[in-house]
Amino acid sequence: MADKVKIKVDHLTKRFGDLLVLDDISFEVKKGEFICVVGPTGCGKTTFLNLLTRIYQPSSGELYIDEEPADPKKHNISFAFQEPSAMPWLTVEENLEFGLKIKKIPKEERKKRVDRILKLLGMENLRNAYPKQLSVSEEQRVIIGRAFSTYPDLLLMDEPYGQMDIKMRFYLEDEVLKLWKEFGSTVIFITHNIEEAIYLAERVLILSNKPAKIKENLEINLSRPRDVTSEEFIELRKYVTDQIKWW
Amino acid sequence: MKVKRKFFEKNDLKYTLMTVLTFVVFLMLWQVLAMNNLIVGEYTPSPSEVLEAFIFKIYNVGPDGNLLITNILTSLQISMSGFVLAVIIGVPLGLLMGWYRLLDRFVRPIFEIIRPIPAVSWIPLMIVWIGVGTEAKAVIIFLTAFIPCVLNSYTGIRQTSQALINVAKVYGASNFYTFLHVGVPSTVPMIFAGMRIALASSWSCLVAAEMLAASAGLGYMINMGRNFGRADVVVLGMIIIGFIGYIFTTVFTVIEKIVVRGGTI
Ligand SMILES: Nc1ncnc2c1ncn2[C@@H]1O[C@H](COP(=O)(O)OP(=O)(O)OP(=O)(O)O)[C@@H](O)[C@H]1O
Ligand SMILES: [Mg+2]
Repeated sequence: MADKVKIKVDHLTKRFGDLLVLDDISFEVKKGEFICVVGPTGCGKTTFLNLLTRIYQPSSGELYIDEEPADPKKHNISFAFQEPSAMPWLTVEENLEFGLKIKKIPKEERKKRVDRILKLLGMENLRNAYPKQLSVSEEQRVIIGRAFSTYPDLLLMDEPYGQMDIKMRFYLEDEVLKLWKEFGSTVIFITHNIEEAIYLAERVLILSNKPAKIKENLEINLSRPRDVTSEEFIELRKYVTDQIKWW
Repeated sequence: MKVKRKFFEKNDLKYTLMTVLTFVVFLMLWQVLAMNNLIVGEYTPSPSEVLEAFIFKIYNVGPDGNLLITNILTSLQISMSGFVLAVIIGVPLGLLMGWYRLLDRFVRPIFEIIRPIPAVSWIPLMIVWIGVGTEAKAVIIFLTAFIPCVLNSYTGIRQTSQALINVAKVYGASNFYTFLHVGVPSTVPMIFAGMRIALASSWSCLVAAEMLAASAGLGYMINMGRNFGRADVVVLGMIIIGFIGYIFTTVFTVIEKIVVRGGTI
C-alpha cells in the first residue's frame, strides 16, 4: 500500500512553439511521498505542475495519477500558485471556502474546516477582510490555507513561501509537514530555497537548466524533526547547491 | 482608525463648503452679467428669472402644455426603460461573448458594424418601424446605452486573470461554474463603469430622442421653450436635466459601493 504509485510521468515533453521546456522526463511519485523540486529559474518547474493539472497539455508523453491520465475533475488536487491568486471580491473566509464549494462539501463541514484553517494560519481576526486589505504574505497564507482546505489527495505547491519572513516560513513548513502526515497527502513542493527543500522532502528532484531533464533524484534520509544546523544537513545542502549551479 | 475618521470628516466639510462657495460665486456672476445684458443678447435669462420660471412651471402648463413634474416623469420613464433594457440585454450578452469564443465569432462582426452608428441616426427608421410613441424613444435610448454595457462587460471578462481561472479549474470546476464564480464577479467593477457611462448617455440623449414628435418630456419642454422664445424655460430644462443627471451619478455611486466588494475598483 505504502509503495503504490501516485504519479507516473511518462516521457513527458513540453514545447511552447519552438521553445523546448521539458525534455522527455520520466519519473514516479509514490503515494504519500513528499517531493521537493528544485532547479534553476525558468527551467520549467511551474510548467510541470501546470501539465499535471491540465492547465497545459503535454506536447508528447503522458501524466498518470492513480494509473489514470491526470484529470482535475476526477482527482482531488490542490494547487497553491506562485502568484497571488486570492479572489479579490471574496473575504478571507469565503476564499478558504472556494474549493470546498466546488467539491460540494456540505455547509457545516465547510464551516468547521474554515475555522480550523483560520486557526492554523493565525488569521481568525482577519476572516472578514478582503485580499486588498492584507499584506502580500497574509494573502499568500490564504492561498496556502485554501489549498489545504480540501484535504487534497495530491497537494501541489509552487514556491508557496517565497514571500514569507523566516519565522512564518519555518512555522508553515512545519504545518505542511503536519498536514502531510495527518492526511497522507502526496505533496509536490517547488522551491528555490535549498534549505527548505532538504528540511521538507523525502526526495529532492534536481532539474537541469532548460530544456529541463532530471539531473538527480536524491533521497533524503534524515530523521525528523530535522536540524538545519547539523553536519549532515549542511553537507546535503552544499551538495544540492553545487548540483544546481549552471555555470 | 479613529484619528483617520476625524481627519476625513474635517476634510469632507471643507470640500462641501468649497463646492457651495463655487455655486454661489457662479450664480452671482451670472446674475450680475445677465442683469446688465453683458451676456450675448438680452434674451439670456438671469438666475432669478430661471427661478421664477421654475416656480411658475410647478403650477402652470404653459408654454409647452405640461406641468414640470409631468415633463420630468415622462423623461425619467423613457430613459429608465431604455437604460434598464440595455443593462438586462447588454451586460449578459457582453459577458457571454467575452467568455464563449463561438458566440463571439457570430455576434462580434455585427456588433462592430452597429457600434459606430450614432443612436440618433436611427430616428427616421424608428419612426417607420414603431412610430413616434414612448417605445420609439425608449429604443433610441436603449441603443445609446446598450453599446457601453456590452463593450465593458466584454472587455472586462476578457481580462479575467488566468491565475484565478486556473484556481477554479484545478479544483475541477466546469467552464460554466468558472464563468459564474470567477469571470462574472471579477468583471463587476467594469460592468459598473459601463453602466455608469450608459446611464449618463441615456439621460443626455433625451433631448434628441424627444425631438421625435413628443407631447411631454424635458427635451420637449426645451424645444417648446425655444419655439415660443422662452429662454428662461429652455435654461430651466437644461438645469433640471443636469441636476437629475447629478442625482443619478450620486445614487449610482452609493449602489456601486455596496455591490462592488473587496474594493476591486
Ligand atoms: N504559456 C507559455 N507560453 C510560452 N512560454 C512559456 C509559457 N509558460 C512558460 N513558458 C516558458 O517556459 C519556460 C519555463 O517556465 P516556468 O514558469 O515553468 O519556469 P519555472 O521553473 O517555474 O521558473 P521560476 O523558477 O521562475 O518560477 C520559461 O522560459 C517560460 O518563458
Ligand atoms: Mg515557476
